[in-house]
This record gives sequence, C-alpha cells and structure tokens, in this order.
Amino acid sequence: MPTLSMLLVVSAALFCIGLLAALSRRHAIFILIGIEMMLAAANLNFIAFWRFAPQPAPPTGVMVAIFAIAIAAAEAAVGLAMVIAVYRHFRTTNVDQLDQLKG
Amino acid sequence: MNSWITSNVWLIPAAPILAALLILAFGKAARRAAAPFAVIGQLTALTMSIFAFVPTLHSHGFRSVQNFTWFTFGEQTLRIGFVLDPLAAAMLIMIALVGLCIFVFSIGYMAEDKNFSRFFAYLSFFSGAMLGVVIANSLLLLFVFWELVGLASYLLIGFWIERPSAAAAAKKAFITTRIGDMGFFLGILWLYHRSGTLLFYDGGRGCLESVGLLALGASATFIALLIFCGAAGKSGQFPLHVWLPDAMEGPTPVSALIHAATMVAAGVFLVARVYPIFLVGAINGVTPSLTVVVWIGVATGLMAALIAVAQFDIKRILAYSTVSQLGLMMVSLGVGGVAAGIMHLLAHGFFKALLFLGAGSVIHGCHHEQDIRKMGGLRRLMPVTFSTYAIGMMALSGVPFFFSGGWTKEEILHATSQWPRSHIPYYLMLVGVFLTALYMTRQIIFVFFGNRRAASEHVHESPGVMTIPLIVLAVCAILFSVVLTPAWPWLENYLTGYPARFDPHLLIQPMIIVSLALVGAGVSLGIWMYRRAAGSDPIQQAQPALFRFLENKMWIDEIYDRTVIALAAIAARFSDWMDRYVWDGLVRGVGAIGHFLARLTTGADERVINAGVDEGTVGAHGFGRLMSRRHSGQIQTYLGAIALGMLALVLLYAWLG
Repeated sequence: MPTLSMLLVVSAALFCIGLLAALSRRHAIFILIGIEMMLAAANLNFIAFWRFAPQPAPPTGVMVAIFAIAIAAAEAAVGLAMVIAVYRHFRTTNVDQLDQLKG
Repeated sequence: MNSWITSNVWLIPAAPILAALLILAFGKAARRAAAPFAVIGQLTALTMSIFAFVPTLHSHGFRSVQNFTWFTFGEQTLRIGFVLDPLAAAMLIMIALVGLCIFVFSIGYMAEDKNFSRFFAYLSFFSGAMLGVVIANSLLLLFVFWELVGLASYLLIGFWIERPSAAAAAKKAFITTRIGDMGFFLGILWLYHRSGTLLFYDGGRGCLESVGLLALGASATFIALLIFCGAAGKSGQFPLHVWLPDAMEGPTPVSALIHAATMVAAGVFLVARVYPIFLVGAINGVTPSLTVVVWIGVATGLMAALIAVAQFDIKRILAYSTVSQLGLMMVSLGVGGVAAGIMHLLAHGFFKALLFLGAGSVIHGCHHEQDIRKMGGLRRLMPVTFSTYAIGMMALSGVPFFFSGGWTKEEILHATSQWPRSHIPYYLMLVGVFLTALYMTRQIIFVFFGNRRAASEHVHESPGVMTIPLIVLAVCAILFSVVLTPAWPWLENYLTGYPARFDPHLLIQPMIIVSLALVGAGVSLGIWMYRRAAGSDPIQQAQPALFRFLENKMWIDEIYDRTVIALAAIAARFSDWMDRYVWDGLVRGVGAIGHFLARLTTGADERVINAGVDEGTVGAHGFGRLMSRRHSGQIQTYLGAIALGMLALVLLYAWLG
C-alpha cells in the first residue's frame, strides 16, 4: 500500500529528473520532455494529496490534474510548433546556438 | 491451467508488449536478440490463446468476464475489464498464429535492414495492442487499444522514414482513421451518457445487455452509426478507404499483418462486438443503422474490386482486394450474418496474410520490383512461392470445397440473399465475386506465367525462414475449410452459441452452383484475356478511358484534394490572415498608442527632468553593463536561475516556518 510520503518521494524524483533534463540537454525537444516530466510530477502531487485527504473528498485534485493535463497537451503542441519554427529559421535545435535573446 | 488463464486473459496481450519493451530498452544493441524476443513473446501469446480457447469449447455460450475499477471520480466509478467469449477466443488464435508466421517471415525479409530491432519492437507492440482490442470488455478500453493499434500502424507504415512517400502515407493513414475515430469517440460519450456504463458485459448491467440497451432508446441508431464511423475508418470502408492502398508503402510483412489480416479487420470485429446496439429496435433483423452498414459495405466491395482490376502494383492489387473483402464482411454483418462475417474474417486473415507474404517473397526475389508488368514466368523459379500463392488465390477467389474462403463467401452470399429489404446487394455481391476471380487470375498470370520479363532475371526462391511460414499459412487456409464446411456448421454454432448438428443437405445448394459458375467464369475470362498479355493490359488497349479511370482509383484522392483538403487550406489561410492583420493589428494599435504617449512624455522629460538625472545615469550605466553580462541569451541559464530562485524561496519559506 503506497503511503503519501512514498508518492511525494516519487514525485520529487520525477521533478528533479525533469529539471535535470531541462537544464542539461542541448536538444530543444528534450528540454520540452523535461518540462513535461516536471508537470507530471506536479500532477502526481495533486492526486496524492487528494487521495490521502479525508475521504470522500471533493474531486478537486483530480480536476486540477485533468486541467493540467489538457493545458500540458496544448503547451506541448505550441512548444513543438515553436521548435519546428525555430528549426526552419536557424537550421538547428541546439539551444546553445540559439542566443538571440542576448542582452 | 485452463481456468487460470480464463481469469487472467490480460496476460495474452501483455506478453508481446513486454517483448516490445525489452527490445526497445536494449536499443540497437539488441539486433541479434530482437527477433527471438519477439517470436518468444508471440509464441507465449499463442500458447495462452490456445489454453484460453479450450474452455470456450466445453460449454456453449461460454463467457468469462473480469471487471475492475479503473478510477472513481466523485460519484462516478469508471470500470474496465476483460472478456473471454467464443468471438474473442477465435480472434485471439487467428491473430497470434498469423502474427507468429509473419514474425518468422520478417526475420528473412528484413534481414538486411539497419533498423531490424526497431521493426520487431513495433511488430510486437502492434500484436499486443491488437490482442488487447479483442479481449477488452469495455468500450473505453477497446478504444485505448484501438488507438494503440493505430499508432503501431502509423509507425510501421512510416518505417522507412527516409522515403518521403512512406512518411506521407503514414500521415494519411493516421489522419484518415482519426476522422473515423472522432465519430467513434463521440459515440462512446453518447453511449456513456445514455447508459451510464461502458462495460459490454457486467452481470446484466452492461451496455450490451438488456438493461443497458433499454436505456439507449431511440438514440441507439445514432450511437451505432457513430461507432460505425470508427469501424469504417479502421476497416477502410468507403469514403475513408483512401489510406489503405497507400499504406502499402510499409514493409510487406507489415502489410500482411496489419493491413490485411488483423488491424483492418478490427472494424468488422468492433461491429460484431457491439452488434446488440445495432440491433436495438430491429424489425425482422433490419434497422436503419444496419442498412447503412450494408450499403457502405456493398459500395466499398464493388468499387474496390473494380479498381483492383486496373492496378499494376502487386501489393496495391492485394490492398484493393482487402478493401473489397472487408466490404463483403460488413455486408454480411449488416444483413444479419454475424457468424458468417466473422468466419470470413478469420479465413481472410489466413489467406490474405498468405497472399501478402507470397507477394513479399516475390518482391524479395525480384529485388524490390513491385510492378507486375515487369515480372512473369516466376512459376519455375519460385516453385514454393507459386504453389502457396495459388492456394491463397483460390481461397480468395472463393473456389469452394477445398479452400476456406469459398465456404465463408458462400455463407455470406446466402445471408445476403435472404435480406428482407432489398435484393440488390446480393446481385452486386455476385458481380464482386466475379471480379475477384478475374483480378486474381490476372495477377497470377502476369506474375507467375508467361515469358520472363525484365525483373525475372536473377530471381531466386526465398530462404526457408520465409517459405515455411508460407507453407504453414497455406495449410491453414486449406485445413480451415474443414471447420467451415456448412455440412457441420461447427464454427458458426460455436460463435453463436447453439449446439451443432450434421446436415449433409447444406453441402449442395443451388447457391453454390451460381457462385461456382461465377468463379469459373471469372477465372476462365481472366485466362482467356490475359494469356497473351505481355507487359500491357488488354483492357487498357480496348477501353483506355475506362482503364485510366480505374487505374487512377476513380480519382477519389483527387476529389478529396479539391474539396476537403482545399477547404482545410482555405480555413488555414483565413486563420493566418486573421492572425496577421486582425489580432496583430490590435496589438500594434495598442503599441502605437503607447508610442504616442511616450512621445508626449519625452518632451517633458528631455527638457525638465533630464538635466538633473544625467549625473545619476553614469552609475546606472555601469550597473547595467554588469547585468547585461548575465544575459547570455542561453535559455538554460535563465532556466537555471529560475530554479535557483525557486529553491531560495522554498528555503526561505522553510526557514521562516
């Protein structure tokens, strides 16, 4: 039987893996994947806290998670479209070479 | 063992999926191990399918159901489950056995491909998903596996990703079936709204059982039609058939497994599975939804058979014949011959896989030449391929008595002739039977008879790893006819749940004479017309306009290009224009106002305030330069700063209590 702290550890691990991927990978798509993993970790937290609240709890945790999943889907679509646009413009998706925001 | 497997049917799809995951996990390093993993996974699935099949034989109308709760949402509980009944058990065996033959064949066919292990991972993944479709006891779970099957099909059509045509065909298949699935999903939602459950069987409360069906009422027709949209997309029914011939861009074993034997039959299976919904409010076995199924099936069957007569690509001929046979199965379901339709599905799975693998063997032997005009005289050079192909061809053309396709086609024609609403489908089906015999004769004469042509040089028989699956499938195509003989309608009774009895009168019926005559006419006309054809088609010479119409697939792709796709392009251009001028214009307008205000204030600034501030700016300038170094433009530096900032906030929060 999973306990709340087990789920939180899993979620924290997922978040850290996602953050590490987003910070260290050079390919734009891997950065997107890392961001998705962090979102998944956040969703897992919502579900975990909802699940271990005194039952029957109103399904707010699930609602938030479903909204987050829907938004994440939209975000992934926009993100991938941007990656394709960036690739068409710069002929690369290596984020090290994309430094047009330089101050 | 038997009772154990009936309560753990989920293990059957799990085996190939596990194999797929293992192969993917090892990546390219698993090149050697990929094929054994996949074959072992498939063998496990086949063994378990056989063990699951045995208990369904013991009692008529056997059904074992395991339901469990997926999740609870407020007061709603969503339950899914697995079911094992004769329909599922028969399908399991067919899919696992045909799949195994095709896996083994692929070891030879794909031997030189650089992405060998990826191919087997996808094949195993497909096989697991397809087995899952069959045993799902919930429309939602079925839909999940249905989409996984679609994904596997997409991945495998586009397996040779470096070919633009393969990538385009994969996209076309995915998007076209998605149109059907949209309807399917709406049907699921509507069904859930009316009946409150998506389980098929649930001890009397499922959506296919009396209480659930009563709750549907008049909306059953629309729900059934929406579900049929999904079935039509997957099974290549008119007007969504356009993706299936293009799907032949994938490797030939894929065409055999997915686009001939199993996945495209999923639509037929789906209609058979939810048949009670189609039957709600039936008068004499006829409902509006079933009538639609019949007419769509007839249109598809006849159209595809006509197009198949004028194709030159060996795989496209088979693809159109698949479309046409799927139409035949749909007609059978529509007129009430559910058992006949499913029996044809099973028999078709064996002989069509055989034909496709035979075509694969020919293509492999001819060094990837697919144009039948360039082949010829392969009979002596590829004897095993030729004899097994001939068996498949006779099964498909419906030669009765010894070949499985003959009996099932008989059953379907019999059911169609008794449809109370109209006799036109029956006559059109007879035309289809004649055309089937004609185009298969044409193909076999072009490929195997006559003189050797360009591609027949250096042809060799395929290795044993490819011919043995052909032989196994050919034996299945013949032996299966024993089970199908109408004299002892065992399989039909097994599927419908009534006890079987022996009746030799069913063996000889006037109907058989009619179709035998038609098949004979088709084959002899084919032989007479094509016997001297060398490199060109006699119909092409006699009727060039008609032939061009058929060769270009009745211009349906072009019609879609001009209508649906043109409309989508106009919509896209309109959105682009809106974005560019209307929304962008708004933003620019706001910007212009800001700009104007800024102009106003600059004046005041420059004359009044500047004088005093100039001194202070020197310091700000230095600080700004310092800060600008932090702005490297590297997105990940920013991301790291955000993470550090967040960490600092969390620490601060923890510290403050």
